[in-house]
Amino acid sequence: MRKLTMLKAINEALRQEMRRDPKVYVTGEDVGIFGGCFGVTAGLIEEFGPDRVRDTPITESAIVGSSVGAAATGLRPVAELMFIDFIGVAMDQIFNQAAKMRYMFGGKAKVPLVLRMPCGAGGSAAAQHSQCLEAWLMHVPGLKVVAPSMPYDAKGLLISSIRDDNPVIFIEHKFLYGVEGEVPEESYTIPLGKADVKKEGKDVTIIATMAMVHRALEAAADMEKDGISAEVVDPRTLQPLDNETIVNSIKKTHRAVIVHEAVKFAGPGAEIAAMIAEEAFDYLDAPIKRVTAPFTPVPFSPPLEKEFIPSKEKIASAVKALLQE
Amino acid sequence: MAIEKEKLLWMFRNMVTIRLFEERVAEYFAAGKIYGFVHLYVGEEATATGVCANLRKDDYITSTHRGHGHLISKGGDLKLMMAELFGRKTGYCKGKGGSMHIADVELGILGANGIVGGGFPIATGAGLTAKYNGTDQVAVCFFGDGASNQGTFHEALNLASIWKLPVVFVNENNMYGISMSQKKSMNVPDVAARAAAYNVPGVVVDGNDVLAVYEAAGEAIKRARSGEGPTLLECKTYRYRGHFEGDPTVYRPKEEVEEWKKKDPIPRFENELAKMGILAPDQAQTIKAEISKLIDEAVKFAEESPWPSLEEITEDVYAV
Repeated sequence: MRKLTMLKAINEALRQEMRRDPKVYVTGEDVGIFGGCFGVTAGLIEEFGPDRVRDTPITESAIVGSSVGAAATGLRPVAELMFIDFIGVAMDQIFNQAAKMRYMFGGKAKVPLVLRMPCGAGGSAAAQHSQCLEAWLMHVPGLKVVAPSMPYDAKGLLISSIRDDNPVIFIEHKFLYGVEGEVPEESYTIPLGKADVKKEGKDVTIIATMAMVHRALEAAADMEKDGISAEVVDPRTLQPLDNETIVNSIKKTHRAVIVHEAVKFAGPGAEIAAMIAEEAFDYLDAPIKRVTAPFTPVPFSPPLEKEFIPSKEKIASAVKALLQE
Repeated sequence: MAIEKEKLLWMFRNMVTIRLFEERVAEYFAAGKIYGFVHLYVGEEATATGVCANLRKDDYITSTHRGHGHLISKGGDLKLMMAELFGRKTGYCKGKGGSMHIADVELGILGANGIVGGGFPIATGAGLTAKYNGTDQVAVCFFGDGASNQGTFHEALNLASIWKLPVVFVNENNMYGISMSQKKSMNVPDVAARAAAYNVPGVVVDGNDVLAVYEAAGEAIKRARSGEGPTLLECKTYRYRGHFEGDPTVYRPKEEVEEWKKKDPIPRFENELAKMGILAPDQAQTIKAEISKLIDEAVKFAEESPWPSLEEITEDVYAV
């Protein structure tokens, strides 16, 4: 099958949905001729013009809020925030307006809005351009949170997100944009709320998100040599979370290691661990372990940043420690 | 200015409806039958009325925490509103929203809003929808003087201006953001002066003169409909009651309240209509009695309506 980078897969999803549905438009800072800060929207303005690929000023509240108003009145905006770190200045429109409109109005409104936002550390972009803030958004009733790890998933999940009648936060780890994978040319959907087993195994379940799926797969490959068989589960959607796939895996392996790049305290793994404790406690042969970033802002200096991001070695050593329990 | 008799009478009826509705809400709130926070529109009736008299059903509005007047003016159903304030299943939001979140998307009412300044970008988005779809609909964003100090004011006016969106930003300047007088919260006498920063018209009008509001809003809405972009319209008005029911209003002098009561928009308009020969003697009383009955019916509907069933708590979080 044809291979595509995650960046190109997302671009293709946008293009195909814009061709299919004239109500879909793209908006955000520099999404037009500049093609988006990371190039995700490159070439769209040439095909769809400036009305459907709408460059905005630096105005995150208005980018999100105008998209909320447009969505509530019948359009299907896909708004890009240049970095997930910038949601702070737009947060009211995300969590008080977009997320709650339907419930507050007694189910009489729908807000089919996608907010795309890159996250993640790895480029010495420091504390305000490198965070993983998915836990903030998972916590808000009314939002869905999607966090793909592979080009194939990114395309299918983005198409589903655009067709969803709810506000969807679509998080793109910026160091996955260049990752290649098989992506069908035709349009297809992957249901939100369905996890994917990226590698089967029998000794331990590693639940990993976004870039950490890749680190977990690398760790799992290394551990094969030591005779350890790790299963890697990628939730792909964090809200709603696919409890069933995670629990089924633990029923098989009886051990769980959760890996994410977000900081540990009240991070996404806290919710996953609590869910496992509630639903699969009897199947566990050892405590649940988390491999995460330390509880610090993201540091700038390359060696510090490298220390901040969970590595395949840290994942493997957590697994090995767990197997000795 | 020639306004047809029907429209003038609608305006009068609408102002009276808001006034009597709000007075009744105050009563039931004091009696503990209406819950939460309520912010009443008493005194400001001419503003919503004069603006909405220019709107069509398919136009949009965003409202505020002080939203009942906007909703009534845009065609909101009194029974569904009252039932919502009573927290009942039959209310506009099935009892999930309350006073600060009443909406009727079918009527273009994109919601009252509990966040001061929350409506600016949403109205801008509704204006974008109209422009994107190539219709001549407009979006009106109601907001208070206090809200014009929020960042969203700046972001939305700027975006609406550069994109030439059909949005009319209607400032209801009642001179106070809760307890802080406008004199202390900004260093310009008129909110409308801020329009200069976005190169859009900034217009000041007597917000207690319904015909003046009607005319000024009409201009702004016409401009928006014809693709000329947004306007910032400031209506100078006053709220007779506190910020919320229960507010002791220690922050403003009694004399000021009394001065403004002399400028009450309803008797003022009633006199004008009488002079114009539109209202026959006693007709105002008849209208008030009719409306009072409608509100009785709304209250009865609310009181007799069931509470939401407990299973409903998890419904309507997501569209399926």
